[in-house]
Amino acid sequence: MNSALLQPVQQSLTQKIRVKNLDFYYGGFQALKNVNLEIPERKVTAFIGPSGCGKSTLLRTFNRMYALYPNQEARGEILLDGENILDSGQDLNRLRAKVGMVFQKPTPFPMSIHDNIAFGVRLYERLSPRQMDERVEWALRKAALWDEVKDKLRQSGTSLSGGQQQRLCIARAIAVRPEVLLLDEPASALDPISTGRIEELVHELKEDYTIVIVTHNMQQAARVSDYTAYMYLGNLVEFGVTDELFIKPKKKETEDYITGRFG
Amino acid sequence: MDLYTRRLLINRFNLAVSLLTMLFGLFWLGWILLTLFKAGFGGLSAKLFLEMTPPPGSDGGLLNAIMGSLLMGAAGTLLGTPVGIMAGIYLAEFGSRGWLAPVTRFISDILLSAPSIVVGLFIYEAYVVRVGHFSGWAGAFALALIVIPVVIRTTENMLRLVPDSLREAAAALGAPQWKVIVLVTVRAAKAGIITGILLAIARISGETAPLLFTALNNQFWTSNMNSPMANLPVVIFQFAMSPYEDWHRLAWAGALLITLSVLALNVLARVVFRNRTATY
Repeated sequence: MNSALLQPVQQSLTQKIRVKNLDFYYGGFQALKNVNLEIPERKVTAFIGPSGCGKSTLLRTFNRMYALYPNQEARGEILLDGENILDSGQDLNRLRAKVGMVFQKPTPFPMSIHDNIAFGVRLYERLSPRQMDERVEWALRKAALWDEVKDKLRQSGTSLSGGQQQRLCIARAIAVRPEVLLLDEPASALDPISTGRIEELVHELKEDYTIVIVTHNMQQAARVSDYTAYMYLGNLVEFGVTDELFIKPKKKETEDYITGRFG
Repeated sequence: MDLYTRRLLINRFNLAVSLLTMLFGLFWLGWILLTLFKAGFGGLSAKLFLEMTPPPGSDGGLLNAIMGSLLMGAAGTLLGTPVGIMAGIYLAEFGSRGWLAPVTRFISDILLSAPSIVVGLFIYEAYVVRVGHFSGWAGAFALALIVIPVVIRTTENMLRLVPDSLREAAAALGAPQWKVIVLVTVRAAKAGIITGILLAIARISGETAPLLFTALNNQFWTSNMNSPMANLPVVIFQFAMSPYEDWHRLAWAGALLITLSVLALNVLARVVFRNRTATY
């Protein structure tokens, strides 16, 4: 809104992730075309754009989720704190400890609420049962779920409602104490009230984490994010401070999309 | 006739045909069960479970055959299940690349539909001939060979039902693939895998052909898996073929016994599967 005020702030930001000349392929299909982008630390960055524009694909390069599938390939550089995570030498599990992810559909594991949270923690830390209980409580409190589940931590995670399951997944991601949190349309399968809670949560979490959120809901992007990237057909069309991008976009294509004339 | 009335009539016609075919199938099944109960129910008594198979003309039960069936069934299941589960995991979780998985799947499917007498003959050639005598172990090996493809098939199918998003979620936490599989995927498919094992047990509990050439039979009590062993299907076969009235009665009782236990296993499988899949 007030670019004169925002400018100096923006300059003092440290960039958590730098994407340089990134191309991405699903077999022979190129889904990302020379994307360049810098994601600031402890801010919320939103990716918007029509279905199939590559926003989820871009998100899934940040923790190299695509590496699960043999015919998907990324070329270029993605620097996380200056280190290229696309290097063949990059240890994927170490990377994913640093970069957590929450998916579109809630994915509670078939185990108790407590064990859902402990699952990730156990991969990296040896905690006593008491320490683990504390960590579980801490993560659930952070995810604003503690009060609802504190009396049923031994119940199955799948017994929770959709919105609770999604907050459980956020708690699970936080429990590992990552630095970056990737949210892939985290509220698109939820009702408005649960969506509101997730958005509040995103707002609180950015104090500690760098958050990247993919959403097809522009109002949501406007509400929760500090920076927004508009993507179309694998290209990054425009990237900037959210308020500016929504109020006076620099490009005609962006304006057409956010005013609903297209997409 | 307007289009909607036509659709209604076609719908009614098809529904009626479906119902009739279902009743046709059920009719024979009902008849079989009825005959079985009529002829076998009278033979169900404590004696059946307490006495050995008798020589013709004297009193007896099926204890040695029941024991043999239980022992060989248990051994066959214990031998076949781990192999089947692990092969199923391989096919579902690693089977998307390379040539080994499709070949394995193909061979397993052939084994699944192979006549069980072939399995019996194979074990006869490969084991019985070599050790020189029929035995409980040979029977167990033959049954294990029947268990393996059933368990492979259900394990693979059940694991494929687990959504990829669950695997991704576990991998996104930095879990190595083996932990993703053991702690998340297999656990999510547990009810289905157990169902598959129960169905495999149900399948082998009525198999006669593979035991005929391997365990043979035994008129006497034995729990020594290295000796020929009595078992329900072969005893039923032998007694039913005999001219003796009292042997016929025992054969009917044995047939009813097997049918009831298979029925129980199927019901159990359904209950397990329903209870555990409700959450997924």
